[in-house]
Formats: sequence, C-alpha cells, structure tokens
Amino acid sequence: MTAFRVELFARYAELLGAEEVALELPTPVTVSMVTDALRALPGGEVLPARPVLARNLRIAAPADTIEPGDLLALLPPLAGG
Amino acid sequence: MAALTTEPIDQTALGALVLRPGYGAVTSFVGHVRNHHGGRSVDRLCYSAYHQMAERECAAIAEEAMTRWEVVVAVRHRLGDLVVGDIAVAVAIGSAHRAEGFAACRFVIEEVKRRVPIWKHEHYADGTSAWVDPTAGVERSESEGP
Repeated sequence: MTAFRVELFARYAELLGAEEVALELPTPVTVSMVTDALRALPGGEVLPARPVLARNLRIAAPADTIEPGDLLALLPPLAGG
Repeated sequence: MAALTTEPIDQTALGALVLRPGYGAVTSFVGHVRNHHGGRSVDRLCYSAYHQMAERECAAIAEEAMTRWEVVVAVRHRLGDLVVGDIAVAVAIGSAHRAEGFAACRFVIEEVKRRVPIWKHEHYADGTSAWVDPTAGVERSESEGP
C-alpha cells in the first residue's frame, strides 16, 4: 500500500469539505486510482469522471504512476485572468 | 519576481520593469473586475490559487514568450478579495518594436488564463455567490442570503 495526501482547492475543497485528504491505495498507484478514490469520498460523487490531478506541479495523465512523496493536487476548472 | 500578489497591482511600475534602453515599446494587457458576468450583477470576487504551481506556470509562460520573441515579460495576478474596477491581472511586454510586443502580450494573457491554477469566487448583488467555471458557465455553489 502507498499512503499519500492530495491538496484540494476552491469548489472541490468545498465539495469534499477539506483542503487536504489522506489516502492509502494498493501499490502501484495511478492517477486514475487517486481520482476514483476521491470520487468515492462523501461529496466526491459530483466530481467529473476524470477530474484534473496535478502531480509535482504538472497536469498528470490518468495512467501516470504516483510515487511516494509526490505532490498531488486536485484542480477544478481554471478561472484566472 | 513573484507573479501572485495580494497587494493592488501597479501597472505603471510593471511597465517600468520591462523597459530597456533598446526597447521602443511597452505593450500591456490589464484585466479589471467587471460588474457583470453571465447576465448577473457582480459586487465583488475572491481569487485563490495553487500557489506553487501558479508561480511555476507564470514563470514558464514568461520564459516561453521570451524564447519565442525578443521581449522581456512581466506578469502579475492578484489574489484575495477584489471589488469592481480593481486590477485582477496585468501583463507588460518590453520590446524593440510593437509587432512582437502585441504578439507576446496576447500569448501571455491567453496562456495565463488557460494554464495557471487560479480560481474565482464571484459574489453577486442578490447576495448569492458561485465559483466561476469557464467550462460550464456560472455554477451557483452556495447562497449567502440577502
């Protein structure tokens, strides 16, 4: 199993009621496993099927593998500018 | 220099940062908070960001522009609470001539909107508020009452 944390922002932080969640998933962990686990949390059911996850400050692909210590963040649709 | 700031943006000072003796042009884009969005009357808004990634993306966008054109780039994006008329974002491009200035300025503001993880929470005149989702129009996420 691999334990890690995911930062949440803006509307997604409101939906899940937290700015960070701790998860533990069977190794090897992929991005889509993380987003599926987030969607299974209370409030997570309204997340899109494939929400955007940043891994180490870059947008990650669903099949990317998560390594221990990676910086993970779930990003709502961007609205800067 | 940090792109994100909770302080008011000084567009004149930003322009001065990109001026060089060989440059004849400073091209700017300045985005202000407007009083309407999606047919609703906006009173104020609050910007938040994934700080580390937003700074990294702003720096990367500036680097890309400076690689593509012979320009110097400065970008600032405001965070926190803003009211109608406040500057939300500013881009300044220093260049020898106007053509590369306009091209780089357009590139930078479009990439900032597309790539930088910043979110906008709008508060409306009717007392409600919503997170702005450019992919789905305005979503009402909460109600504050009148």
